Amino acid sequence: MTEALGFLFANFFSLNTQLIVLAALTPFLLAALGELVTERSGVLNLGVEGMMIMGAVAGFGGAFLTQNPWVGIITSILAGMAMALLFAFLSITLVTNQVASGLALTLLGLGLSGLIGESFVGQPGVKLPAIAGIDPLMVAAPILTLIVAFVLFRTRWGLVIRAVGNNHNAAHALGYGVSKVRYLCVLFGGACSGLAGGYLALVYTPQWVENMTAGKGWIALALVVFASWRPIRMAAGAYLFGAISILAFQIQTYGWGIPPQFLNSLPYLVTILALVLISGSRALATRNTPAMLGQPFVPDR
Amino acid sequence: MKKFLMTVGAVAVAFGAAASTADAAMDKVKACWVYVGPIGDFGWSYQHNQGLLAVKAALGDKVETAFVESVAEADSEKTFERFARDGCNIVFGTSFGYMEPMLKVAAKFPDVKFEHATGYKTADNLGTYNAKFHEGRYVIGQIAAKMSKAGKAGYIVSFPIPEVVSGINAFMLGAQTVNPDFKIEVIWANTWFDPAKEADAAKVLLGKGVDIMVQHTDSTAPLQESEKAGAQGFGQASDMIKFAPKAQLTAIVDDWSPHYIKSVTAVLEGSWKSGQYWGGMNDGEVVMAPFTNMPEDVAKMAMETTAAIKAGTLNPFGGKITKQDGTMVENLGDGDILGMNWYVKGVDDKLPQ
Amino acid sequence: MHLVLEKRPEASTAMAIASPFIAFALTLIAGGIIFWMRGNDPFSALYVYFVEPLTQWWSVEQLIVKAAPLILIATGLAVAYRANVWNIGAEGQLYAGGIMAGLVPVMFPQWQSPVVLVLMLVLGTLGGMAWGSIPATLRNRFRANEILTSLMLVYVIQLVLDYLVRGPWRDPQGFNFPKSITFTGWQTIPYVTTSVHGGVLFALVAALALWFLMSRTLKGFEISVAGQAPRAARFAGFSEQKTVMFCFLLSGGLAGLAGATEVAGVITQLQPQISPGYGFTAIIVAFLGRLNPIGVIFAGLLLALSYLGGEAAQMSLGISDKIARVFQGILLFFILVCDTFILYRIKFLKSKGATA
Repeated sequence: MTEALGFLFANFFSLNTQLIVLAALTPFLLAALGELVTERSGVLNLGVEGMMIMGAVAGFGGAFLTQNPWVGIITSILAGMAMALLFAFLSITLVTNQVASGLALTLLGLGLSGLIGESFVGQPGVKLPAIAGIDPLMVAAPILTLIVAFVLFRTRWGLVIRAVGNNHNAAHALGYGVSKVRYLCVLFGGACSGLAGGYLALVYTPQWVENMTAGKGWIALALVVFASWRPIRMAAGAYLFGAISILAFQIQTYGWGIPPQFLNSLPYLVTILALVLISGSRALATRNTPAMLGQPFVPDR
Repeated sequence: MKKFLMTVGAVAVAFGAAASTADAAMDKVKACWVYVGPIGDFGWSYQHNQGLLAVKAALGDKVETAFVESVAEADSEKTFERFARDGCNIVFGTSFGYMEPMLKVAAKFPDVKFEHATGYKTADNLGTYNAKFHEGRYVIGQIAAKMSKAGKAGYIVSFPIPEVVSGINAFMLGAQTVNPDFKIEVIWANTWFDPAKEADAAKVLLGKGVDIMVQHTDSTAPLQESEKAGAQGFGQASDMIKFAPKAQLTAIVDDWSPHYIKSVTAVLEGSWKSGQYWGGMNDGEVVMAPFTNMPEDVAKMAMETTAAIKAGTLNPFGGKITKQDGTMVENLGDGDILGMNWYVKGVDDKLPQ
Repeated sequence: MHLVLEKRPEASTAMAIASPFIAFALTLIAGGIIFWMRGNDPFSALYVYFVEPLTQWWSVEQLIVKAAPLILIATGLAVAYRANVWNIGAEGQLYAGGIMAGLVPVMFPQWQSPVVLVLMLVLGTLGGMAWGSIPATLRNRFRANEILTSLMLVYVIQLVLDYLVRGPWRDPQGFNFPKSITFTGWQTIPYVTTSVHGGVLFALVAALALWFLMSRTLKGFEISVAGQAPRAARFAGFSEQKTVMFCFLLSGGLAGLAGATEVAGVITQLQPQISPGYGFTAIIVAFLGRLNPIGVIFAGLLLALSYLGGEAAQMSLGISDKIARVFQGILLFFILVCDTFILYRIKFLKSKGATA
């Protein structure tokens, strides 16, 4: 038994498996990073799934029609930003309820992507080539994490974003353009979510099928909360989720008779457990939650 | 004279009785399909829709078709009822989970014919139909054992239902004719269709050193991963060669068109009867995609096996079979295969009991 | 030139009443344009979508059957959302309710008595409450965000049901397919009309009861204040923790009841999937109904109509089912936009520097 466990650990911590985990967590990390920035500015965008799926179909379409995967990357980012722009117009300019607007965005994205993608079904996609054997987006995700962490906590821009998210009235009084900052953050979130979707359709499984994001957008949202809005911690959360998912598959191959449903539920259970352990620290949670999250801002004259 | 009239009368009555028990032939028939997933899945529902298109092509003006996609099983009763009320003469339900809703609606509309795929409950106006996919599994088992240098294949499956289990068993039996020690590593993905998850499962299996990939899930992802890693595999439900030109050895293609054309024509002619139809290679329901990416002798063996199954001289579940627990069974009938919940010897996996 | 919102001195009642109608009209126009662009006749398409399902009695029955679980769950969610208790896991609570309800016939297949049905419904409600209490407890004790916990628990409970129907609760006569025995007699909810089972009455009762709760009781007041002014609520002595627990127990219990009615009234057995996403759709219904239990009734009916219409459009016009989802998204968007005009007026300003 211990020998088998030994095999399991050796296999899991091997370079090969760790690369699998890294690839698996990349779409989560990309989408979650974008949403983290959005939420730090005080806007709750539940439409991540919708932006991601639109990014996937646009990415696939762009690459397929031009036979150039890099064009697909660009179109996936643009599609995500377009969806985000719609959301921003509604929730920032027209101050509609953010939770509902995000849900509407998801619905729209799922339906629209299905419509657009109808002719793409059954067509093999153009794959984004690895550069020197390394998948470029897989490397881009951790780098982006570090950049976001740096910008948010060590630059003036980051300070402005967090100020807007924590007290938009004070920020407005100080002369910062609250709406402008929020628009930019929401668009950044859309770009990241769109890129995550593009990653799925161009790198992970180069094809288009309806609903291919299969709920990854919701997991990304959960990861932002899990991370208490801190990028490094979020990368850890994404790693945890991806690692447990892959580990669950590996355990299955050993034929120990553990019900696969239990193994498949582990990522969710572990995430909850980890969240509980982390959130216990009251100071950490309250210090990092953007106080204005979800609240509309209309400047009084 | 009286006798003559009585004879004529008797004959007329006999004709009338016959006419009332058989259905009248029709000029035009409306055939309707209910799909559990999107036809854009390029897998299960896609293939059923190909069958619909084949019916249209074969019967032209005499048939009107309609379909609904992505109908959740829990939600399906009203769909069947709407089709029945909409003037459909025959309704096909393409998922096991539609069984109870179809039974209920069939009882309400005795003049409409219903056919349920992969089910087992029937009624006067409700028949079932299925395909002997395990025949194809036997063939690919042989190919896998021949082509694998590692002596083991990865097997990605969705849920432990009899069709999947009999598929695994047929695969193993086929493989064992070539290599009695052939092994499979099984991963239960808990989904019929999720490309990213299937890709992950494939990667894990490839990481464990398998060089042949088998799947009973619907996306092209496992094959794509295999191609990336230099391994080979088999397509599922559709010919997936476009997605993996170097990796696909062959595919088990679900071809529902022979059955659909037969059923719809029967309704047109008034000869439709409820039954439990289980077709296989011999009537074109299970078709092997062209054998590619393999040496001549392997392709020859595969073609011979396929021909033998088609001709009926080879039965994957014929003869004596040793179960995983060591007991022996023989002369398995259709019912045994349809309800199979045990593994053959050589499979290192545990089934939920 | 840019757009600025100006708060109205008083909420406009005219807009409050007109907004859903304007939104619906705008959706129809947008939908018509979409249909026309795809080559369908917009008028016949819209007719098939929104009018035809209402022209036959049996179709109206189906509408009620489909709207009922949506309304039942959404009323509970509406109350919870008013208090900023974001229960996103209603689908999971529905499953928990379905499992608990199915427990009785699976364990005691031969037991037939009205008590069975009552027990099933009660257990279903309790199951939903229990499952909903988990995110509430995690929030109260550990400050764990309930959006994440309630959502994750949905996946967990779905896997639990999957395990049960494939293993211990599988029908021995079922050819090893993942389903429980079929429920009969008192293990199912009796029909009120040909297609409508008694469970739909719960939706109506729940909506009315919760409307009463929110508008006429102290508890309702507590909930509203907790959502709109949390600090004021604390000063008034309303316990946030009690409110959170109450909202989750309420919305979870109603979702569990919905699960029980689906299992006992519609599906009459347990199988891996017992809901086509009612718990998630109910979130949309709650917002469409403006978080008001009575509004939820209309929103539920409207959304159910769009589902039925989508299906009818697929059948008779060959219109893709994805259009239905696009429709729902657009409808929600327009309602949200129109609602803005209740509290605000739009002004276009010439230059940016005019105001600070």
